[in-house]
Amino acid sequence: MATKRPPFWQREKYTPFLLLLPAILTLLFVVLLPLLFSLYTSFTGYRLIRPESLWQWVGFRNYQRIFADGDFWTAFGRTIIFLTIALNLEFLFGLGIALLINKITWGQRTLRTIMMFPMMFSPILVGYQFKFVFNDNIGILNNALQSLGLSDGAIPWLVDKYLANFSIIFAEVWMSTSVFAILLLAGLFAMPRDPLEAAKVDGCNPWQVFRHITLPFLMPFVFIAMTIRSLDVARAYDIVDVMTGGGPAGRTELLWTLIARTGYDNARMGQANAMAYVSILLSIAFTYYFFTKLLAARKYMGGAE
Amino acid sequence: MMNGKLRKQIGAIATWVLTFILMVIICVPGLWVVLTAFRPNGEVLAKPPVWIPENPSLNNFAKIFGFGADQVAIPVPAYFANSLIIALTSTAIALLIGMSGGYAFARYRFRFKNGLFLGLMLSRTVPGIALSLPIFMIWSRIGLIDAKLGLIIVYVALNVPFTIWLIDGFFRQIPKEMSEAAQVDGCTRWQAFWKIEFPLAKSGIASAGIFAFLTSWNEYALASNLTRSTDSKTLPVGLMDFTAQFTIDWAGMSAMAVIIIIPALILTFLVQKHLIAGLTFGGVKG
Repeated sequence: MATKRPPFWQREKYTPFLLLLPAILTLLFVVLLPLLFSLYTSFTGYRLIRPESLWQWVGFRNYQRIFADGDFWTAFGRTIIFLTIALNLEFLFGLGIALLINKITWGQRTLRTIMMFPMMFSPILVGYQFKFVFNDNIGILNNALQSLGLSDGAIPWLVDKYLANFSIIFAEVWMSTSVFAILLLAGLFAMPRDPLEAAKVDGCNPWQVFRHITLPFLMPFVFIAMTIRSLDVARAYDIVDVMTGGGPAGRTELLWTLIARTGYDNARMGQANAMAYVSILLSIAFTYYFFTKLLAARKYMGGAE
Repeated sequence: MMNGKLRKQIGAIATWVLTFILMVIICVPGLWVVLTAFRPNGEVLAKPPVWIPENPSLNNFAKIFGFGADQVAIPVPAYFANSLIIALTSTAIALLIGMSGGYAFARYRFRFKNGLFLGLMLSRTVPGIALSLPIFMIWSRIGLIDAKLGLIIVYVALNVPFTIWLIDGFFRQIPKEMSEAAQVDGCTRWQAFWKIEFPLAKSGIASAGIFAFLTSWNEYALASNLTRSTDSKTLPVGLMDFTAQFTIDWAGMSAMAVIIIIPALILTFLVQKHLIAGLTFGGVKG
């Protein structure tokens, strides 16, 4: 009498879940399960050289140990400072570049393409390139400074405490500023002309126009860029690993290089996993923060439409 | 009057000077690596520096690809093949998974939709090096360490969230009514997808694919810990082989850097337009 109900996989209600099943399964097996395993490991005294230590439950000892460890906090603090400086500089330079290119009419397409250049580089190449540029003996920077007579000695860019940190931030900013520049430029292109002209008619000066019209309009784009960037801040690991390896003597050690050293070089997997969890929470906090900002900005844009 | 005109001119000059400095900072480091790839190693070390290569040659490339008398001990052709196989396979799989998932997000309403989307994106925030630890432990137990398959699986998972995000955006730009009309005319939803939506979103999907390819091609943090030998080492990991030696072969390393960058360069040029559109659309219009 009634038509037979179709089997559940043919019901409309379940279709989206079936479509998403491969994605969910992949991430379950490659991300979620490993992360649960590493959470477990962070409570054990697991060392790679002693496989049976995987079952040695030590409670919070790894966490107690890293939180009492000066090296860990130095690396942690340096990572926070590194990210704060790098992201702010990337935003400022990106905004500057976008405004600059937006102003130029002749050759704009070419400039835009050149500006995307650093995005094509793998972080490992950016690291190599700046290892080469900042090399004290044969680097182009010291060569140029010496040829111009600005310096007579070899400046130890990658050895001195401050210079080495400057160098890795420079490399990071070089690599990622274009993400901001491109998205902000897209924002500038999408901007309606009317409010700008109305403001000019009303006698606003260029700074006021920028501050009260352009910048608020660009904010959602800033947060998209920030969200995208916070997804891959850990790419800095690649750069630092090539340029300095966290050295010399831990002067450029970031959380991520410290994890690699603890886990692989010292084979203390339990402790490394505890640190890894701190780094994961850090990344999630960054992403979450910018994502909520993005949602708020988006709502604001929706209201304006 | 005069004052305003002068100010405008100064402004224009300042714009060009700034643009020039910017371009120098962006281009010179890369250009220096490219130039070095064509120099003999002696010229790299020369004091005073040789700015323009005096006798440019392809020797460094011949060397790292194993031609000629003085080849290096680093098996670049094998790394190149590994990189290509791993990146292509993982991209193809990620695209299939991403198309299916992106379609679900673009065309259906369902429970937990926002939560699922957020969960997918959050999985991407896990730093590669942090994820590499448990994967290393598990893979070494099931024999996936130093295997191409091991890396392919990881890269698929790495690429799926972003692929879904991009493809979701591209599908949403296609009006729903088009495929509904096709269904009224007697197509099944499956046919409507292949006849209407897929052709329209094709270029967007292609750019998502290129993006996934580049992620895999450039990845280092995971690859450096999950690979050991020529069986699975990729180019970025192979680049570090050079630094393990006592003296760094800057010329050879630069040649290898050029080899890594060329495919990335070409592919990025192809997708730049779609990439920007995809990112902003997916992000702003939600």
